[in-house]
Amino acid sequence: MGKYIIKKFILLIITLIITSFVIFLIFELVPGDPVMDKLGTRATPEAVAALREKWGLNQPFLLRYFKFLLGIFTLDFGTSYTYGISVASLLKEKIIINLCMSLMALAIVILISFPLGVYTAKHTGGLSDKIISPLNQAAMSIPSFVLGLLITFLFGIVLRWFRPGGYVSYKTDFFGFLYYLIFPSFALAIPKIAMCIRLLKGNILEEASKDYSITAYARGNNTTGLLYRHVLKNAVMPTVTFIGMIAADMICSGIVIEQVFSVPGLGQILINSISTRDFPVVEAEVLMIALFIMVISFITDVIHVIIDPRVRI
Amino acid sequence: MKKIKTLVLFCLLALTTVLCACTDDKAKNSGSITIGIAQDIDDSLDPHKMVAAGTKEIFFNVFEGLVKPDSNGNIVPAVAESVEVSEDKLCYTFKLRNGIKFHDGNAVTIEDLEYSINKFAGRDGGEPVSSAFLNVSEVNVISDDTIEIRLASADPAFLSYLASVEAAIIPKSNATPDTVCIGTGPYKYVSRSPLQNVVFERFDEYWGEGGDIKNVTFKICTNADTIAMELEGGTIDMCIHLTKGQKMQLDKENFTIYEGTMNLVQALYLNHSFEPFNDVNVRQAMNYVCDAQEIMDYVSDGAGSKIGTSIYPSFGKYFDESLTSVYDVNVDKAKELMAKSAYPDGFDMTITVPSNYEQHVDTALVLKNQLALIGINASIEKVDWDTWINDVYLGRNYESTVIGVDAANLSANALLSRFTSEAGDNFTNYNNPAYDEAFNNAVNATDDETATKYFKECARILNSDAANVYIQDLPDFVAINKKFEGYSFYPLYVLDLTKIKTVK
Repeated sequence: MGKYIIKKFILLIITLIITSFVIFLIFELVPGDPVMDKLGTRATPEAVAALREKWGLNQPFLLRYFKFLLGIFTLDFGTSYTYGISVASLLKEKIIINLCMSLMALAIVILISFPLGVYTAKHTGGLSDKIISPLNQAAMSIPSFVLGLLITFLFGIVLRWFRPGGYVSYKTDFFGFLYYLIFPSFALAIPKIAMCIRLLKGNILEEASKDYSITAYARGNNTTGLLYRHVLKNAVMPTVTFIGMIAADMICSGIVIEQVFSVPGLGQILINSISTRDFPVVEAEVLMIALFIMVISFITDVIHVIIDPRVRI
Repeated sequence: MKKIKTLVLFCLLALTTVLCACTDDKAKNSGSITIGIAQDIDDSLDPHKMVAAGTKEIFFNVFEGLVKPDSNGNIVPAVAESVEVSEDKLCYTFKLRNGIKFHDGNAVTIEDLEYSINKFAGRDGGEPVSSAFLNVSEVNVISDDTIEIRLASADPAFLSYLASVEAAIIPKSNATPDTVCIGTGPYKYVSRSPLQNVVFERFDEYWGEGGDIKNVTFKICTNADTIAMELEGGTIDMCIHLTKGQKMQLDKENFTIYEGTMNLVQALYLNHSFEPFNDVNVRQAMNYVCDAQEIMDYVSDGAGSKIGTSIYPSFGKYFDESLTSVYDVNVDKAKELMAKSAYPDGFDMTITVPSNYEQHVDTALVLKNQLALIGINASIEKVDWDTWINDVYLGRNYESTVIGVDAANLSANALLSRFTSEAGDNFTNYNNPAYDEAFNNAVNATDDETATKYFKECARILNSDAANVYIQDLPDFVAINKKFEGYSFYPLYVLDLTKIKTVK
């Protein structure tokens, strides 16, 4: 286990360095200039030169990159060009928003898809299966952002369960904040729920037709006992991997959903920082997303070990 | 008994007076409004460093200069109670308004005025907010409430420079104007949160009439597709700069729509260094074939104002209506002109448009079809805003572009100076000695009449020389929930909160 963690950690560092370099390079190559963005079209050349000097943009590319790397290791991501405040304080609130939204969406996925997946597997061909399967198919094929618009229209405009765009900060009203996030979370979760149900059902049915299940039947187990004691344990493995992937994807899909629900999260600030060439913010955020995805994959691996004693890491 | 009666009567009277005073006090509105704005307010809070038009638009309510513009484009006194101009037009004497206070409660002193003027005119070693202030030769404090500004050469437009947010009066005692925002306007700044909101509150000690609504929140709505939904859902009460599409989604029962213009010169700007565009026949042919009305019909349901030159209608005396009809559509004439040019069979060109401005992209699409009529094959290249600034505006590395140019202040200078051959912001590389001469005459004129005459001459030259394909001043829609009323358009990019009132 110790060896595994060290290996993962080294891999993480390498990935982060490569990612950061690629972003740095892209920003070097695309046209546009944060200085001009800050000072506007009527800026004098002297003012431009002074700000460029202040931000250290006159230094050679590699030197700037190494300075940036050094900053990361001391957990200093620098100051946002656009807002003039530290990147860490700028992103802190946004991270909490996205983390809450993703966790809620993930909880919704697990809470709904597991029972439904097992249920439909158990009653394959029954009436419930006939109702759930087509619904599933539909939910899977609707993209999150369309679902977001539908949810806003139905629950926001028609039923008035929430006010579209009425996001409140967790600092002013924590429960109001969570309540508002329920709706984008559902928009994020619904397509994933459908996928999870389908995957789980398929796996259960496959495991149930394997030799060991038939043997277990022969030894007098009933369907329920067989399902929960033997089949489910094996069938759930691919779903756990899948949920790990979903968790990583939640952050990325969240960027789109945020826009639909006007949640001021990581996505909005990422898009904004890219268009204003606010390089420190973009770099810090992309690195964070990369880190997040790696951590999720690590957690998924650990869960595998816990569920399946045969897996050794 | 009579005594008691009198006493009771007196008590009642006193009580009534007190209660009346209370209700009178409460008559001041404690309401709040949330206004949707499309762009984030990420500028410095120092008015002398504010760059984005969108920032200055709302901070117009927080900061005031010695003078300020009103909704008719007149310049009225603000921090200064009165202004006297000497006969030679070189000396401006300002009298400080009696009893005027900053948002932190301190009185505005003559030292604050001196400090602010020196700061925005670049006389404290910094950069002037506008090169026009390089003309300031002396700033002298005459007495506790009088200050004079002397100019090196007369400039009829000087007061209009002073009337912008960039020339605001701020307290000398504020060591960090970048982050601490103190002005003298009818609203004071409370807070801002990146990509979320900016909060203002009514300043009750304002010298003038002030605002009606107490709390104003500007909500940043970067997603254009959800703005109508947010208005309908009630998260925002008002939204400025709506597009045709957004306007059409709104229920007329609940919203008042105000229609004005954006105060921009929208044109197909031509890079005169690009080969076919140095030929006046080509440029005129393009002007004859491009139908501004068709563009307006397509882009904004027919709303908008034709311009014909680099001056828009709210500039009043500088605007020449007759120029709008010089190039009425005439395809035959356009073809004739093309035949006279070096490109009788047409040519290929690229229109570079910033993709974040839907109106400009749509305009380019219509232009492409119109230009095809005379054999000009235009292709459209969409770029992001920063690329546009870098490549087109600063790099001048483009063939043509559709954009709207605004004015920093109410002088014609603000719109016309960029077409002089030596101007640093002459992104079209326009070069015409006759224009330069007319412009110089206008700037050096000592009286307003002569200046206006020459500025109009400049505008005429741009039109007859077909410097660019001038299209329109874009329409601007503002939607307000019927709970409120009273928006008014300014000839500048300004949102005046004091005009907005709650419907009783």
